[in-house]
Amino acid sequence: MLEIFTTLASWLTYDLAGLSPDTRLGSSIHFFIEDTTKILFLLVIMIYLIALARASLNLEKVRAYIQQRNRFAGYLSGAGFGAITPFCSCSSIPLFLGFTSAGIPLGITMAFLFTSPIINEVAVVMLWGLLGWKFTLTYVVIGIAVGMIGGMLLDVMKGERWLKDFAARAYQTAKAGARQGGGTAAVEETAPLSMAERHQFAWNELREIVGRIWKWVLIGVGLGAALHGFVPDNWFAENLGSGQWWSVPAAVLAGLPLYSNATGIIPVMESLIIKGLPIGTTLAFCMSTVAASFPEFIMLKQVMTFRLLSLIFVILLANFAITGWLINLISPWLFHGF
Amino acid sequence: MKTFEVLGTGCTKCSKTAEAIERTAKDNGQEVKVVKITDPVRIMEYQVMSTPAVAMDGKLVHSGSIPQREQILSWLNQ
Repeated sequence: MLEIFTTLASWLTYDLAGLSPDTRLGSSIHFFIEDTTKILFLLVIMIYLIALARASLNLEKVRAYIQQRNRFAGYLSGAGFGAITPFCSCSSIPLFLGFTSAGIPLGITMAFLFTSPIINEVAVVMLWGLLGWKFTLTYVVIGIAVGMIGGMLLDVMKGERWLKDFAARAYQTAKAGARQGGGTAAVEETAPLSMAERHQFAWNELREIVGRIWKWVLIGVGLGAALHGFVPDNWFAENLGSGQWWSVPAAVLAGLPLYSNATGIIPVMESLIIKGLPIGTTLAFCMSTVAASFPEFIMLKQVMTFRLLSLIFVILLANFAITGWLINLISPWLFHGF
Repeated sequence: MKTFEVLGTGCTKCSKTAEAIERTAKDNGQEVKVVKITDPVRIMEYQVMSTPAVAMDGKLVHSGSIPQREQILSWLNQ
């Protein structure tokens, strides 16, 4: 079904504009038209459908659910809900405090916050459209694993020692309350949503999300298209090789100063992989760009000491590098003929 | 006079929320006081997890989005 966008792009670029597929410009423009039309089409449909399904999900319910899990299931549900819960990074602080003051361990809260920028419906739709389901599944599994492992490490190192005082006190009070048999925070029972209300919610979400990300799609695909047309095929494989161990940490460091969301980076990923950059290295670069962003860290400074922030930072970067290496090791059989 | 507190750690949506309340009140011919609360401790006291959130005269009335005009009107007419 998606071939229609290839046909459309070919018709516009080659027939209507008269460009040749063998020129750099022609190939870049074809890539740009094909990917922007395809992605925007998929996004509009999928965002609406997903919003329809999750209209009744809210953070209070998610928190109550996570609270009732044991430790391990807590990390999994923390990271899992981080992936599916609609959540704007400007809400990081209230969310962090809401979880902490309900006695949810730091590592589980951070599993939520780590995974949240990496996986969202927009990222999944774009990956699926551009790189196929196998890659999408790998990306989702890795995103959740990075969140869970990061959170577990923080708890093993007793990271909560380095919370800012007021946050640490809120956490201790909640834990003491729970030991004395105080229950979970009450969730207000809301009436089930009618179909009309669901539609209204999904429609608002669609307008809000597309309004926010369309320019990221254009920028991302534009960059991807430029790479696609102007970097020779297999350039990365020939110049960087696939075997050098240092290329993965180098990719993590290169992604650090770049700040983008998943929407902008995925079309670039597509081009990098086609040009022969190993998949693990590409993923490490992208996660570093998306998940380790300075604005987010500066925000978290309000509730954490510098020591805890640095610890989180190091854990994240190490996590990305190790993931990159692992994927490079297993990708020959995972993505056979990719 | 009603006092509105807009809770949020300084995102653009929070300023838009504050503006929307001020504008709607003005159109409605009412005088209101709108304060932006960015202190995480105060936000925690309201037990808000998604911002922007709105409290009217010390009571939480909304959270998680920029409120619709009709919602603001219903608060003003309370």
